[in-house]
Amino acid sequence: MTVTAAAWTELCGLSEQTVEHGFPHQPSALGYSASLRMLAIGTRSGAIKLYGAPGVEFMGLHRENNAVVQVHFLPDQCRLVTLLDDNSLHLWSLKVKGGVSELQEEESFTLRGPPGSAPSATQITVILPHSCRELLYLGTESGSVFVVQLPAFRMLEDRTLSSDAVLQRLPEEARHRRVFEMVEALQEHPRDPNQILIGYSRGLVVVWDLRTGGVVHHFLSSQQLEGVCWQRDGQLMVSCHSDGSYCQWPVAGDTQQLEPLPSCVPYGPFPCKAITKIFWLTTRKGLPFTIFQGGMPRASYGDRHCISVVHGSQQTAFDFTSRVIDFMVLAEADSAAASDDPYALLVLAEEELVVIDLTAAGWPPVQPPYLASLHCSAITCSHHVSNIPLKLWERVIAAGSKQSTHFSSMEWPIDGGTSLAPDPPQRDLLLTGHEDGTVRFWDASGVCLRLLYKLSTVRVFLTDSDPSDSLHAQGEEEWPPLRKVGSFDPYSDDPRLGIQKIFLCKYSGYLAVAGTAGQVLVLELNDEEAEHAVVQVEADLLQDQEGYRWKGHERLCARPGPVRFEPGFQPFVLVQCQPPAVVTSLALHSEWRLVAFGTSHGFGLFDHQQRRQVFVKCTLHPSDQLALEGPLSRVKSLKKSLRQSFRRMRRSRVSSRKRRPMGHPGEVPEASAKVERAGLQSVELAPVQRKIEARSAEDSFTGFVRTLYFADTYLRDSSRHCPSLWAGTNGGTVYAFSLRVPPAERRMDEPVRAEQAKEIQLMHRAPVVGILVLDGHSVPLPEPLEVAHDLSKSPDMQGSHQLLVISEEQFKVFTLPKVSAKLKLKLTALEGSRVRRASVAHFSSCRTEDYGEHHLTVLTNLGDVQVVSLPLLKPQVRFSCIRREDVSGIASCVFTKYGQGFYLISPSEFERFSLSTKWLVEPRCLVQSVETKGHRRPHNGAGPEKAEVRPRNSESRSAVEERTRGPTMQHALLNDERVLKEVQSTLEGDRGSCGDWRSQRVVGYSLSNGGAE
Amino acid sequence: MNRSFHKSQTLRFYDCGAVEVKSKFGAEFRRFSLDRHRPGEFKDFYQLVVHAHHLTGADVTIGYADVHGDLLPINNDDNFCKAVSSACPLLRVFVQKREEADGCSFGAGALSRKRRMLVGLREEGLRRRALPAIGLPRDFRPVSSIIDVDILPETHRRVRLYRHGCEKPLGFYIRDGTSMRVTAQGLEKVPGIFISRMVPGGLAESTGLLAVNDEVLEVNGIEVAGKTLDQATDMMIANSHNLIITVKPANQRNNVVRGSRTSGSSGQSTDSTASPQSLPPAQNFHPDELESDEEADIVIEGALTPPPPPIGSLLRLNSHGSIHRRLLSSLQADPRHSLALSPGGIEEHGPAVTL
Repeated sequence: MTVTAAAWTELCGLSEQTVEHGFPHQPSALGYSASLRMLAIGTRSGAIKLYGAPGVEFMGLHRENNAVVQVHFLPDQCRLVTLLDDNSLHLWSLKVKGGVSELQEEESFTLRGPPGSAPSATQITVILPHSCRELLYLGTESGSVFVVQLPAFRMLEDRTLSSDAVLQRLPEEARHRRVFEMVEALQEHPRDPNQILIGYSRGLVVVWDLRTGGVVHHFLSSQQLEGVCWQRDGQLMVSCHSDGSYCQWPVAGDTQQLEPLPSCVPYGPFPCKAITKIFWLTTRKGLPFTIFQGGMPRASYGDRHCISVVHGSQQTAFDFTSRVIDFMVLAEADSAAASDDPYALLVLAEEELVVIDLTAAGWPPVQPPYLASLHCSAITCSHHVSNIPLKLWERVIAAGSKQSTHFSSMEWPIDGGTSLAPDPPQRDLLLTGHEDGTVRFWDASGVCLRLLYKLSTVRVFLTDSDPSDSLHAQGEEEWPPLRKVGSFDPYSDDPRLGIQKIFLCKYSGYLAVAGTAGQVLVLELNDEEAEHAVVQVEADLLQDQEGYRWKGHERLCARPGPVRFEPGFQPFVLVQCQPPAVVTSLALHSEWRLVAFGTSHGFGLFDHQQRRQVFVKCTLHPSDQLALEGPLSRVKSLKKSLRQSFRRMRRSRVSSRKRRPMGHPGEVPEASAKVERAGLQSVELAPVQRKIEARSAEDSFTGFVRTLYFADTYLRDSSRHCPSLWAGTNGGTVYAFSLRVPPAERRMDEPVRAEQAKEIQLMHRAPVVGILVLDGHSVPLPEPLEVAHDLSKSPDMQGSHQLLVISEEQFKVFTLPKVSAKLKLKLTALEGSRVRRASVAHFSSCRTEDYGEHHLTVLTNLGDVQVVSLPLLKPQVRFSCIRREDVSGIASCVFTKYGQGFYLISPSEFERFSLSTKWLVEPRCLVQSVETKGHRRPHNGAGPEKAEVRPRNSESRSAVEERTRGPTMQHALLNDERVLKEVQSTLEGDRGSCGDWRSQRVVGYSLSNGGAE
Repeated sequence: MNRSFHKSQTLRFYDCGAVEVKSKFGAEFRRFSLDRHRPGEFKDFYQLVVHAHHLTGADVTIGYADVHGDLLPINNDDNFCKAVSSACPLLRVFVQKREEADGCSFGAGALSRKRRMLVGLREEGLRRRALPAIGLPRDFRPVSSIIDVDILPETHRRVRLYRHGCEKPLGFYIRDGTSMRVTAQGLEKVPGIFISRMVPGGLAESTGLLAVNDEVLEVNGIEVAGKTLDQATDMMIANSHNLIITVKPANQRNNVVRGSRTSGSSGQSTDSTASPQSLPPAQNFHPDELESDEEADIVIEGALTPPPPPIGSLLRLNSHGSIHRRLLSSLQADPRHSLALSPGGIEEHGPAVTL
């Protein structure tokens, strides 16, 4: 088992590249490239993220910690320009390196006016990347339009268009200085690249000829201008205004002064809010689409975040639960086509990305394969299960597909780039528990975190709001025709529904879920809808002791009688802990059909086969009043939480600013600690003091059950092993119960018996965070049913077993059955860090096939990740992984069984890191622009609207073949010998086909990668 | 050690079977004799002493001066027997009223004056059999020591706080601060960790070896430089059963002066000579000894055996005896425990094997 130091590098190392799953925190800008078919999102913290086909994603970070205000792809290029709120422009490009594309910042630039001019003179308001590919037109607050040449951002001063120059060229009657102010819109003429449209906020719009330097047309509206849109043929211009109206202006003939068609206030006649952006899109059938943001009646719907789609008599105001950042319409990209024929609406809201299918009746949403809104209800816990058997995987997907019927069948329309990442080696599930009582099942196998299935535990309980109410809220004849879209819903009906612990057995399909109000549910996977009553049992963890008063929340009321459950995981047992404190630990043994649960008062064991409680054990110290009273009183906790949130705000501001200037990620904590310390002294505050005191039995919350563990081991004597349950508490106590589970044939007839066999009090009294039994070969015992499914060697029951107890301060190995200390690692005494998370991981060698070892992965309160060897407890490697100030990130971390981990970097994003050298999940993708690709796929311009989508589908089928070769080559690069041989044989058989696999533009994606079928 | 003295004494007083006892209470002396070979029971001796001094009804503590002149207690048969058998030739007994003894007992008061006498006491005290009437065991426990004087710079002090079995809180607070260091760049301010407050009556205060504003340099041999206040706190708490902290006292006048190097020890010299980064490792305590002194976890076998014989006889006594009693008494006081466990099933395993 022992390996040399050199061999450790074969087993583990923290990969540089991490993957971020979920929805970017605080998005602030949206960009879309019709030619690349990719979207870009900028965030308030200066990150820029690009997404194409599932698996194709890039991320960049501006050196400045400023919000990204605008993102623009340059026409037909793999480049984009970003504008930050410090008025700096940045050019990014996707460059191919070693077969994969990388996002890099190439150049940055800040527009400067002549010396002495006001800063607003050069404050950029709009950007127009010109179709000539190398010019950027920049509209400013002063009304001037500047021109810069790319890629070097060379300013062409002689081509600057000041408002004075425009004024000179206007006819006499239109010359009012008042009509200018800042540039609100800049648009190139759709047919003539030499004409650009400039819209000023006071209502003047001019069409400027770049060659002659004159005004071709001018339009003057009476209202403040918000945005403009050209009709595809350049015959019509639509402007939208601050009073909630939009106007159509025919652009025809030689007449310079043009009169509008009657203006339209879609949600009048009462005062409306501004329409801030409008799209006017023609269709082959004739009726245009008008899509605009805002314009709602100010008094009654002024607080809604709406985007309205009008097409003939159909009109829907899509109502978003969070602020709309920006939106785009996906339409015919070929400029030669006669009509726009929009097929999808892409909306970036503050908390989610929504895509709406405009080709299907009713405009249903499309399920995004990425950018999932993880935080649609706040995440309260997470649980990772590796290597899911195919059977369970398919059943979960089947259950999930029945829930997503309201989604459009359209394939994901943003499908640029090619993912070259190898197919994930196994199927992994990430389960997140949420505040609203739901558990979401995510496909965490690859780069895209995709929602497979959502389980709601709410139906078991009686809550104030009936879920059926919301459906009838919207009548048919409502005006405006609002329709809620998106899944983001931060409001929880009842905080007691929150999920705190999840335990899934991947072999049996049993799931245990426990929540905030002491509820423990045992669920079973059922492919059919079913109606049945849930067995309810109360577990009195105080065992009728007198003198205790629970001041916390009430238990949830269970719904009496049979309840109808949809296909999927259906609850059949509800164990209610009394007092109804938060469930702090949970374990499920599917082979013995037992579930163990613990709270701050004690723990219990439940036999879910016989639906009978086996025992409960109170762990409470009699003097511990705090644990008895439950959560802190309302006033106190509110004050505390307010204070904490302020502190967090301040801290996050400070730490995120410091994040970037430091080159080395490892140095940051030390440096920032120093800076903070220095800062403290300069302010001359009373210094923070820390009390040095040993833990004592009288401390509060010592009875809090931190961990539960089932093991078949030698608990009583060394001749007979038996099932056992282990529990560890906050006060450093370990309880061991020997269990007698009747054999299968008499499982229903005889009761399960339990007897306390041992109690270990660690003298250092630190909280016990993990318990583990190692077999005779010092290998951790396998999971239940793992051996039965031939997925693990049977444990060695010959040699003597060992018990590993992990406390926050120490790792300690004891002999079994006579418990005596054998080895220990005193982590806190050595380095001052405490264990936050520890779990066993299997590290496979990246060199030798089929070689792997079990070791402990450990996360400390300082955010370090360590690997501690088993069974000798030697710390092997250490990486700084999470910032130590990021308390919620550290608290949210979960490890996988194969040396990876997830933690929340924001309420809506998981970061995935990998300690294993063998299993690495990272985006590897290729994006090529039109010119490098040679020719674009022929976009079908003729045919009915529906055909918009179909050609892509059929093409994707054929593309799958091309595609499979891509990953194959990638495998080869990864030294996979078997695949290398496969590739060789393909090469010998068909020499020509492999050469151009990379230049093939691939549309769509294979199902293995998460197709939205 | 005592045995050898006993031998020499029996040689000297070969034929003398009686021991002369000189008992002192306040300024009064009483003299009587005891049979060296059959001294009798402590209970009778106690009665005799109380009677001799006319202290009937008062609660007294009895001590005697051993061959080294150390004050040792007489409070059970064992040490009474030892006291009589090792008397040479006179057994000098000191009687104190319990109330007075509490104020300046063997532990706190006498300690600072006669520190050396206490070192030998601990083992002696622990070897006593567990009887209900045990007098003040905490009075006979070392609470602190200065160690590694010979290897540390004179400006530093390494203090070991013994906390096991002691009910006293450690009783101090630490804070962030800055200290001056001589570096290659000259005098430089560097962050450091300092003692900020002492809890009155706490262990730290009672030692007299630590003071407010002392800079903490090491915790159990691990430097705190570069560590945050929270890390240092966690390290100290993790070592709280046997805490060894190396400090640079704010008051440098009471430093231990070593034989040959008396010159450099006076005044408030800053750390120019010895860099704190390279403090010699703690030497005078062996790691094994350290380990055995702390955290032998208590394992209670939940064997539901028939009611046990008296507790005292079941306990396998070793150096952790007092810990047992503490645990045991807490268990007995706890109705919950007494339901679940039989108090007799307690067994303690030997010291941990270290890595």
